[in-house]
Amino acid sequence: MIAVLDYKAGNLTSVIRALDHLGYKGKITQSRKEVLEAERVIFPGVGAAKKAMEELKLLKLDEAIKEAFYEGKPILGICLGVQIILERSEEGNTECLGLIPGMTKTFPRPLYDKKGEGLKIPHMGWNSVKFIKEHPIFDGLEKGSEFYFVHSYYPMPSIEEIIVGITEYGLWFPSILAFKNLVAMQFHPEKSGRPGLKILENFCKWKP
Amino acid sequence: MLSKRIVVCLDVKKGRTTKGIKFKNNIDVGDPVQMAKLYYEEGADELVFYDITASAEYRNIMIDVVERVAKQIFIPFSVGGGVRTIDDMRRVLLAGAEKVSVNTAAVLNPKIIEEGAKAFGSQCIVLGMDVKEVGASKRIPSGYEIVIHGGRTYTGIDALWWAREAVSLGAGEICLNSIDADGTQSGYELRLTKLISENVPIPVIASGGAGNPEHIYDVLTKAKADAALIASIVHYGTYSIKEIKEYLHNKGVKVRMVW
Repeated sequence: MIAVLDYKAGNLTSVIRALDHLGYKGKITQSRKEVLEAERVIFPGVGAAKKAMEELKLLKLDEAIKEAFYEGKPILGICLGVQIILERSEEGNTECLGLIPGMTKTFPRPLYDKKGEGLKIPHMGWNSVKFIKEHPIFDGLEKGSEFYFVHSYYPMPSIEEIIVGITEYGLWFPSILAFKNLVAMQFHPEKSGRPGLKILENFCKWKP
Repeated sequence: MLSKRIVVCLDVKKGRTTKGIKFKNNIDVGDPVQMAKLYYEEGADELVFYDITASAEYRNIMIDVVERVAKQIFIPFSVGGGVRTIDDMRRVLLAGAEKVSVNTAAVLNPKIIEEGAKAFGSQCIVLGMDVKEVGASKRIPSGYEIVIHGGRTYTGIDALWWAREAVSLGAGEICLNSIDADGTQSGYELRLTKLISENVPIPVIASGGAGNPEHIYDVLTKAKADAALIASIVHYGTYSIKEIKEYLHNKGVKVRMVW
């Protein structure tokens, strides 16, 4: 079973549907016990870091994630899930889980592209990811694949080796992080068509 | 760099798509779920479903359509038409839509934008605007007026003012439909699109008037739209999404080419 963490951060059914489509059983859960019993953990979410951390603490899921991580369980963070694993977030100056050293930063405003055109925030829509390191999670992905993003903040780990994918939007920001049994991405694989499904499938098969 | 989006729109009435469609493929052209799947596989970046059923008694059919679409389509899609309350929004989002679009309901009750953004996040709330050119006046300084009830009722509201107001209420995106250009297939309303797009900090989807790939190119570049909504041009099989995207790609517009 794959535990999909429910900490009241947005609609999680799209992740379940994508897993279902791939032939994997996902279960939305708030239970620490179920997280620790699961084979894998998906940590999705949209919304604000502060409120998410409050909910995680209230449900004691912050400890469950840490335990699962130190036990070596494969963990996938999505969107807010890539931000909240860092130490701090500039969003509401929030203390986060700290599984990875570094912090979540806000896009500088105003933000311009290379031609000097103003860019809108949030960064919303399809964008490319440049894979700067090899990782089993990218297996079989076609070159030029794009992914669906919706966010105003981005993760900035303080250890460069952790960054495996980067994306350009006014600046180059880390869009995929990987550290031991943890892999996390800023975009939504469950909404990114075939390439996104491929990433989810790779995660479901991943043996870190 | 962000890609420009090609958004395909399906009008749904009593659970069936309404436009006649010339597909070569062996699919039920009236079934929105099968059509959505086809467009998903052909490279649409996003889908929009408009429930044009007048009566509320068919709303459950629409929810069923949304649920079935969500099981097969793994790109964002939005649902509009008949969304009047926060509960309507919740049902549509829980059924699997990424976003909901409000149009007439938001003009009659702007609070729905604010409450929707608070409950589900701004990224979920799309403001649909139907706009008609009326000439600049004291009441309508931009020369573009908001019309509601599917284009039948003039509101006396200036389109640019309303777009800005919706942003301040928490709308995450604007789907801008020109009633004058709609159905003409002679090109988008570029002046209107540019006016709104340059004056709001949220993405604008241009709608109404696409007849060929050049029209789409124009609205995405000259009028600075973030996305282009298309319907007839693909429904009637005049162009495929792939042909449109290849045209844009060859003219230097960044679009998603791998799907």
